[in-house]
Amino acid sequence: MKRFLIWLALLAPLLTLGLFALSKGWFYPEPFPAQWTSQAFSRLLNDSRTLKAILDSLLLAFIVSLLSLIIGYPAAREIGLRDFPGKKYVWLAIFLPTVIPPLAIGMGLSILALQTGLAGTRLGIILAHIVPTLPYTVFTLAGVFARYDENYEYQALALGASPTRIFFTVTLRLLAPGLAVAGLFAFLISWSQYLLTLLVGGGRVLTLPVLLFSAVSGGNPTTISALSLLFLAPPVLIIAATARFLGENPNDIHERI
Amino acid sequence: MKPSTRTLLRLAPTLAVLTILLGASLLYGLAQSLGYLTIIGEKELNLTAYINLISGQGTAGREFWVSLGFSLWISLASTLLSAISALFLATLLNRRPFNFDTFALNWNLAFPHLVWGVFILLLLTQSGLLARWADALGLIDAPVDFPILVRDRYGIGIILTYLGKEIPFLTLLILALLRTQSEGYLLVAENLGANAWQRFRLITLPLVRPALVPGSLLVFAYIFGAYEVPALLGVRYPRALPVLALESFTNPDLRARSEGMAISLIVAFVVLLIVVFARAKEELQG
Repeated sequence: MKRFLIWLALLAPLLTLGLFALSKGWFYPEPFPAQWTSQAFSRLLNDSRTLKAILDSLLLAFIVSLLSLIIGYPAAREIGLRDFPGKKYVWLAIFLPTVIPPLAIGMGLSILALQTGLAGTRLGIILAHIVPTLPYTVFTLAGVFARYDENYEYQALALGASPTRIFFTVTLRLLAPGLAVAGLFAFLISWSQYLLTLLVGGGRVLTLPVLLFSAVSGGNPTTISALSLLFLAPPVLIIAATARFLGENPNDIHERI
Repeated sequence: MKPSTRTLLRLAPTLAVLTILLGASLLYGLAQSLGYLTIIGEKELNLTAYINLISGQGTAGREFWVSLGFSLWISLASTLLSAISALFLATLLNRRPFNFDTFALNWNLAFPHLVWGVFILLLLTQSGLLARWADALGLIDAPVDFPILVRDRYGIGIILTYLGKEIPFLTLLILALLRTQSEGYLLVAENLGANAWQRFRLITLPLVRPALVPGSLLVFAYIFGAYEVPALLGVRYPRALPVLALESFTNPDLRARSEGMAISLIVAFVVLLIVVFARAKEELQG
């Protein structure tokens, strides 16, 4: 019974969105839609603005997570595997950007973007998204490295493998699951980012959350729901894929998206 | 002792990117809050924006104290209610196998705050899903009979959205901690005749405090600084501080921009203080 109630509470958002998204001409006071249709979805998927927003969101989130992994990898490795003086302060410096509200960062970055000509560009948005994604990538990867055994690399080295070969055949393969989880988290944070995109993009780059936000102020419930479900699809897949990892590591990404 | 060159080189990319982006954004923000507006050729620094806020004058300043009160209200109410509910939920779930429930709770991570806001809107507007069902059950006759629960001046819709999002988060934190504790304490207490309330107050509560207190502070800090939910589900007046800050920042009246930026920095500063305090507490408790 308890379990049923929890599931109901957890599924309620999805069910409600589905109900509205699949309805047609459903007005007060009908308790349920009289007609069911997937028109809202086909309309959205044939709308060039929505399609472009989906592609832009995917592309931005993909590049942001890739960059976060590349930039964060060396630092995560050092933090996860070594002890060094001042480690606490390094940790703090990386932690800081996760705390400052995106509002303050975004407003400052929007002025910076205007001065450097990056306002309204994808590059500007990518740089802005890296501020919240990079710390989480480093934290997640550092956790992975803490359980990583470097001896496999030494073994390969002793057998005469080149550093590049070691990286690709040993390191990368051992780390693949951890890298995937870290990358997916970065993707999730970037994908759900509204404020930084709005402030740096200045409304010229429309991502899915930007589109959804403006639809909520004026759109009809069917469109809003269908758009929300499209917006939800990648996060749901990502959470399903990382469920095992999340089960072991409760984590405050909850507060980021 | 200094860290080795190799360590510094490996840390450099991450630290450089974060320092440059964050540092530049905060510096530009600070400059603008001090009246440095190159667009209108204003290059002299002054404290007008901050003075306006404190004395309740100016385009945005007029609303500052009201917004501060409103922000504190929604943050406090959401945090307290989430913490209490999470405590209750975690106690309920504690004695069952974990995997299933942690998955169920993590599931909520897939729903961004924005989507929770949309869900609460669809559910609770005066012609929303619950109103339709209430009408079908004969409880109300028209949308106006349904209570105003979203875009209301008390921020009820905002608080409900945050509850949906934060209760699972805090429950997970508490459960993760409870999982490391043995059930022995509870059994012994039960054996010695402690009733449910005594077991909760004297055993569970002290056990989960190290997760509950920093977790709640984190939630409070997040809500205090968040823009999306109050912007979607709030009213024009009173506005939450982040909403007031952003709307002043994009105000065509350039003087309001400094005030908007100043509000945003004040919010960031408060959030930072709270989180640093929470982390320190967490560290002390091990």
